[in-house]
Amino acid sequence: MHDIAKHDAVVHHAPTSFIGKHVFSLDHKVIGKQYYALALVAALVGMVLSWLMRIHLGWTNAAIPGLHLLTKNGAPGDQMTPEFYLQLMTMHATIMVFFVLTTAPFAAFGNYFLPIQVGAEDMPFPHFNMMSFWVTFVGFLVLVSSFFVGTGPTLGGWTQYAPLSALGEVGGPGEGTGVVLWALSIAIFCVGQLLGSLNFITTTLDMRTRGMSLWRLPLSAWAWFITSCMGLTAFAVLMPACILLILDHVAGTSFFASSNIVINDQMQPHSGGSTLLWQHLFWFFGHPEVYIAIVPGMGIVSHVLITNMRKPMLSHRVLIYSMGALAVLSYMVYGHHMFVSGMNPVSSLAFSFPTLVITIPSTIVVLIWLGSLYGAKLRINSASLFALGFISMFIAGGVSGFFLAQPSLDIMLHATYFVVGHFHLVMGVAAMFGIFAGTYFWFPKMYGRMMNETLGKVHFWMSFVGAYAIFMPFHYLGLAGNVRRYQAFSPDYMQPLIPVHKFITVAAIFTGVAQLVFVYNLIHSRFWGAPASGNPWQATSLEWSTPTTPPPHNNFGDKLPVVYHDPYQYGVEGSAGDYVMQASPEKVSTAHDEA
Amino acid sequence: MATTTHEPPKIDEQPERPRPTRNSGNGGWRNMAPADGRLPAVKDYSPPPASTGIWVVIASITMTFAAFTSALIVRQGSSLDWGHLTLPPILYWNTLVLIASSIALEVARKRVGAFMTGPQPQAAKPTRWLYISLFLGLLFVAGQYVAWTQLRSQGLFLATNPNSSFFYVLTAIHAVHVLGGLGGLVRVIRRLNLSILRKSTLDATSYYWHFMDALWVYLLLLLWMKI
Repeated sequence: MHDIAKHDAVVHHAPTSFIGKHVFSLDHKVIGKQYYALALVAALVGMVLSWLMRIHLGWTNAAIPGLHLLTKNGAPGDQMTPEFYLQLMTMHATIMVFFVLTTAPFAAFGNYFLPIQVGAEDMPFPHFNMMSFWVTFVGFLVLVSSFFVGTGPTLGGWTQYAPLSALGEVGGPGEGTGVVLWALSIAIFCVGQLLGSLNFITTTLDMRTRGMSLWRLPLSAWAWFITSCMGLTAFAVLMPACILLILDHVAGTSFFASSNIVINDQMQPHSGGSTLLWQHLFWFFGHPEVYIAIVPGMGIVSHVLITNMRKPMLSHRVLIYSMGALAVLSYMVYGHHMFVSGMNPVSSLAFSFPTLVITIPSTIVVLIWLGSLYGAKLRINSASLFALGFISMFIAGGVSGFFLAQPSLDIMLHATYFVVGHFHLVMGVAAMFGIFAGTYFWFPKMYGRMMNETLGKVHFWMSFVGAYAIFMPFHYLGLAGNVRRYQAFSPDYMQPLIPVHKFITVAAIFTGVAQLVFVYNLIHSRFWGAPASGNPWQATSLEWSTPTTPPPHNNFGDKLPVVYHDPYQYGVEGSAGDYVMQASPEKVSTAHDEA
Repeated sequence: MATTTHEPPKIDEQPERPRPTRNSGNGGWRNMAPADGRLPAVKDYSPPPASTGIWVVIASITMTFAAFTSALIVRQGSSLDWGHLTLPPILYWNTLVLIASSIALEVARKRVGAFMTGPQPQAAKPTRWLYISLFLGLLFVAGQYVAWTQLRSQGLFLATNPNSSFFYVLTAIHAVHVLGGLGGLVRVIRRLNLSILRKSTLDATSYYWHFMDALWVYLLLLLWMKI
């Protein structure tokens, strides 16, 4: 039995100064909001970069007013150069993967709600927690600063494949200082995530209040715990890879830069570096990163759906086991990103098999969602709509994964827009929908005000239709042989595909406008939204048991809650309605107390 | 849906406890009197976050050095420019120094434990062995610096060949982690002097320090076999 005594490591008094309260705060809730704000800014930056790329792909020679402000040499006459297109592509992907998809669903919501959901005052190492945010923030600044340094940001893609990434400025604009800043930014980001994972794991294992067994944790808490375990191992591998890459640039080593590379008739000084070594190190991180982005969304969406279905999932435990299986298997499949690297066909099979196996827990999760939804009287609101959208995007993007898991098909499709459609749906849009579901659901608790439901539903439908309009045609383009990463489609066989690209560009701008509706709703509701009650969704988990809304500095006032039930006692006769709070000692009439 | 009625699971009721103050929950150790004279009751709850946290930190560092090891093996196997590098003999002396530092810390841990669980506070706090451990740790880092200097005097720099690259990278990253451990030791000494040392803090610091020891022995073997 866990002791109810609070850990004095986390007892810190409410700050009184502005700096202590809002800037260098030790409060996990403030840190969570800071992460959310960073992710929001990063998402807007990444979205604008994607608009610029899409406009260029639809109308290659069009001048984009003001484009020259982003680059010294990349936009003469505001027309985008091929190199600048690649730089925008790299920055868009890096910002979105690291500073949005990793930051918002895991670090932002996890920081704010994990300690509350386990019944703790704070995380056990609040100074490390504060450092994790500010380190991440510095990493973001370092990355964005590459726009304004030297020849601009790196153009090597978010994967930074060697040897291009290890050669220096001779490799192209941004391949010198730009790569160094990229690798430095990501190494810094890794430090932040490792500090965060340390706090998340110890919070889950050590800070649970009395009665809160592991099986009584909400699915969102489980998802953050599993994700932090993945982050601990994945980012610990990416960081040394970035250190070695930086040394290839600044110290003249040859870890990744191979021999006999001639550029512009100049023999490059490097010798013997292994280009495949970078790929192995990167993808050992890179594939778990996909699940670092999506598993928190699975937890959030499950949490939101259960509340709105008013009944628990078909199986709480199988869902947790499946998320755990995804985490373990994610380390065994990374080689499927390297099918075209010239690997031994036997190795391809060795990576193809677990890639197909990993579809089993994914399918189980989806079937549990759909089976639980069957017959449920779902409350339709912005949060539940985005949760449904998450499932839709996860299925739509996941199905194309079956094709790409097979080396013989992947070799044909790997360099095409088919892959772009696949990972944007299953990892990008699905994770974004998870973020939106969490935002609409938890905003009342975070700010004490309700978000506008009408605007939320407008946001959902525009985003849902827009996302499919963007990313489904990518599959068609890929099957037609449209190569990805090209800045223009000059070969004859791709000319008929350009109208599709124009359509996608219009859809991207349309979908982007929908996000502006969301930002307006967010800001307007923050200050002028209708006041929220302490438990507007009639939910059961501990975040809805705080004495005030938003929660007080120490979350639960003078006394930590005691937990009596599993987190999802819905469809039962409780004193407050069809539910019983986790912290309520009242009787329960149900068949669903699994804990 | 509703099929059975049952009482909520029983929770062992415990008397209301006062809000924690510094030094509470000290793993069975007697709390010493902080400067303001408060002597809060000893609470023995488990496990303190530092006990779990240190294993999380060790797991993370293990993954980092596993990645470096993997890089070394792949780089060696795929290149024709891999030569042989004679390790500076001082590394073996450094190894003994680091092991001695671990032993000193273990002695310190026992002495501090005896001091903290004794019936009455003793006059002198057992910081001597902690200082010995700290000194030996600093000596190890200084010895590593001497090893780098010796390699430089042979004309072997970071970028001279892949062997030297990996030597400098592995030893430098390990030294950075050792410096982190030294910071932890300083913190332990400071908290002991202020009478606010928690058992979990000393335990976590010692586990980390012993891990640095084991990690160095592993790295030395790796360098000896591969470099």
